[in-house]
Amino acid sequence: MRAVAKRFGKRDLLFLGILSALLFLGCAVFYLTGLKQGAAAEVTVDGTLYGTYPLNRDRTVDIRIGDTRTNVLVIQNGTADMTEANCPDRLCVHQKAISRANETIVCLPNKVVVAIKGGRQRKLDATA
Amino acid sequence: MKHKTAYLGMSLALALILSYVEALIPFHFGIPGIKLGLANLITVVMLCCVGAKEAFVVSVLRIVLAGFLFGNPFGILYGLSGGLLSFFVMYLLWRTKKLHVISVSVTGGIFHNIGQLAMAAAVVENKALFYYLPVLLAAGFATGLLIGILAQEMILRVKRRM
Repeated sequence: MRAVAKRFGKRDLLFLGILSALLFLGCAVFYLTGLKQGAAAEVTVDGTLYGTYPLNRDRTVDIRIGDTRTNVLVIQNGTADMTEANCPDRLCVHQKAISRANETIVCLPNKVVVAIKGGRQRKLDATA
Repeated sequence: MKHKTAYLGMSLALALILSYVEALIPFHFGIPGIKLGLANLITVVMLCCVGAKEAFVVSVLRIVLAGFLFGNPFGILYGLSGGLLSFFVMYLLWRTKKLHVISVSVTGGIFHNIGQLAMAAAVVENKALFYYLPVLLAAGFATGLLIGILAQEMILRVKRRM
């Protein structure tokens, strides 16, 4: 069996080095561009628009598919948070509240996507 | 290999136990889809030590069985999309015979998340999900690195008995 006796080679170092540099760059871009405060939460169900809810108005949105209430979205203090879901894993409920542009909460079983849309640039510090 | 059926069965059982251990630890990173993928340890070890066919069979069976035992049908769908893509990329990379276990595992971790994210975006028909791609790729790198180190150490210790 070849190559399994050795842990690490020069090529691995090069490969992993370049890869981690690219990923670091990607994440840096992600965090530098992702700091815009969002304006509204857009809910889509199965690819079609369900409703758009501005983040500056607190409210609770029941998301219904047919006659069943599948998810509950709470908009509070400028953030959107999924608080209830009728699916087994409830990953969307465990996810933190979102407020920045392009952030999403996804409920895969119900095909519900909450995406934060648009908005102004986050206010810079007074000293800046 | 003399006792191939028994050996593959044991590998599958081990992979299922790792899946179970992972299901027991409830950890959420704020972004769904990020997890350790402990059971992929068996996939990596088998791919690098036993053979691609065996690794593939055990990997697919593990995802399906673990989905029914500890998860849900959606978990199987995403597990398979990530698992199959990452398996084929790891297989191709391993076949080039240029890199070691650790690099293969890291690549596998990254492509696992690419596969899962692509499937998720296709199911909900929403491209907005790709916003998280950089974070998911970095997470795949980190978990792949950890699994790769574990796999390498495991291979060094059990290779002679395989």
